Amino acid sequence: MKPKVAFFDFSSCEGCQLQIANLEEEILDLISIVDVVSFREVMKEHSDNYEIAFIEGSIMRPMDVTRLRNIRENAKILVALGACATIGGINKIRNQWPADEVKKEVYGDADIKDNRYFDAFQTKAIDEVVKVDYYIHGCPINRDEFKHVVTSLALGKEPIIPNYPVCVECKKNENICMFEKGEFCLGPITGAGCGAICPTHRSACDGCRGIISKPEVECVMDILKRYDLTYEELKSKSKLYNYSREANK
Amino acid sequence: MSKDINIDVEHVTRVEGHGNIVLNVKKGKIEKLQWQISEAPRFFEAMVRGRKFNELRTITSRICGICSIGHSLASLKATEDALDIQITEQTGILRRLAINAENMQSHILHVGYLVAPDLFGIGSVFPLVGSKNQNALLKIVKLHRLSNEMSDLICGRTTHPIRLVVGGFSITPTEIELSKLKKNLEDGLKTTKEVAEVVKNVSGNFPDFERETEYIGLTSDEEYALYDGDVASTDTGRLSNYKDYRSYMNEFVVPFSTAKHAKHKRDSYMVGALARFNLNSKQLHPIAQDVADMFNLRPICYNPFMNNVAQLVEFVHNIEDSIKCIDRLIEYGINQKKPVNVSPKAGHGVGIVEVPRGILVHDYTYNNKGICTKANCIIPTNQNHANIQNDMEKFVPQIINKPDNEIELNLEMLVRAYDPCISCSTHYIDVKFV
Repeated sequence: MKPKVAFFDFSSCEGCQLQIANLEEEILDLISIVDVVSFREVMKEHSDNYEIAFIEGSIMRPMDVTRLRNIRENAKILVALGACATIGGINKIRNQWPADEVKKEVYGDADIKDNRYFDAFQTKAIDEVVKVDYYIHGCPINRDEFKHVVTSLALGKEPIIPNYPVCVECKKNENICMFEKGEFCLGPITGAGCGAICPTHRSACDGCRGIISKPEVECVMDILKRYDLTYEELKSKSKLYNYSREANK
Repeated sequence: MSKDINIDVEHVTRVEGHGNIVLNVKKGKIEKLQWQISEAPRFFEAMVRGRKFNELRTITSRICGICSIGHSLASLKATEDALDIQITEQTGILRRLAINAENMQSHILHVGYLVAPDLFGIGSVFPLVGSKNQNALLKIVKLHRLSNEMSDLICGRTTHPIRLVVGGFSITPTEIELSKLKKNLEDGLKTTKEVAEVVKNVSGNFPDFERETEYIGLTSDEEYALYDGDVASTDTGRLSNYKDYRSYMNEFVVPFSTAKHAKHKRDSYMVGALARFNLNSKQLHPIAQDVADMFNLRPICYNPFMNNVAQLVEFVHNIEDSIKCIDRLIEYGINQKKPVNVSPKAGHGVGIVEVPRGILVHDYTYNNKGICTKANCIIPTNQNHANIQNDMEKFVPQIINKPDNEIELNLEMLVRAYDPCISCSTHYIDVKFV
């Protein structure tokens, strides 16, 4: 029996689900190992009978929390798909201001009090609301990594997600270090698995895959010193994708 | 016939983002008909406050996964306008290739994966696998792959491009890579004609519906405007100063939608492939003209369902145009120069481009350190929401005697024809309710 798989999206650009369409001919291979029962972006049919749920996007409103909890109850395995889901990502930039301040800034004095559509709180990653079993990082996700996770889960195996920094993959690609080019790169503290795609295209890492569990702090301080950079710059750069998760609790 | 109808489609499928269709009819009289947007607002303009000029593109690209290249280009144009940065001719041509690639990717995804199932009477493209139409599906997949490979080559990545930076490109493709792409595009042109034949055979399934409205898009004396041009309307012609774009795009808020609506001379207007076709069809390249003729598509076409056909026509145009762009790049020789140097200064800039779903505006203000203090984005789908609502109000009385499931399908098809990009359109709201 092929495992039944469903895709759901919350607040996001839906670019991670798009990577599934971007598998091109390999979509046919994908549907030969799993049975896609719900995927609103590309199919009309829907079923609540599924084993694996892939969730894209961040959680922003009480109505989203209810929907997510229902999905969690239905799914045996829940996978967070992409930065908005795994770490909150770009959606968390606004958490540096209180939700009320952001609302006032953008809605002005409009009467939105009793409107559930507009009832936004501070952005949350998926695991701040429900238990997440697996994480597919990135903004957007890496297609090869997605295939690896789906194949592993379909076979009942543990997917392998790297917990070493982007620098490892960047060195393997024989890139010149972005710091040498005068750029502030988050490669030393960001989890690999993207193939160091940004530095390989000569753009510094923005940290979209989240910070590894044990970054080499001494090494990072050494880099800051060597290139005459400040901790403040590191913090500002990290806010793009990794705005403190404690700050919004 | 007087009957009761209750249609409540929560989260219309095969569109980007979350929208609902609500129709309540009592004894033949429409009591409620709404195109609702329930997507969570994302507050992008609030987010970019305090960010540096070279980070704006990275952030605003994330407004939309499907049109991230378009958002990137509008963003770069706004920043370059504000900081008085001149790009090279080569950068201009490469950006045209980028915009063509994204238009192709988005259009074939929409026509081939999202709209085609309605024409074949199925719920998704998956049932085509193993059917007599599998070959047609594989051709669509091939064109989708071609579009993405082109984005990968020019932009470094198809979703959320990497190589597009302020002042130019972080890396440029080589002549060998471009020559190979040209060959693939020429081959793709043949495949596209075959796909057009397949669509033609089922195009009778598009509802026959017209409603006169206004069309707004970019227009240019030089070319079929996508990357550059003046804002223009089928009602009132060209806008003389691009910074006055708000005089054409008046946004307003309705309580049943987290996305703004927009109007100009009438209650609503339409943007996107059909708007561009209606404004600029004479500038289409020859094979694109042939495909338009094949479907009897002529300006001004007031049938919103023909937006799907206009997308197919533009797909052909984008291929023809890209081949010309590559020829020019190879003729001049690729210069692997770094992007132009940028020094921050205070300024205000506006960047306007055509993206797959229509005209897109980014508007930034920077302080003297190059830090963003204010931003405004006008998204194509926002501009279409009011027009969708108005179309529904004219369309429902025409189909009211059909069975409920057919009414529902017809309304879904109408929404899909606009190819709405809803997560884009709810990027923020800053206007008071009217």
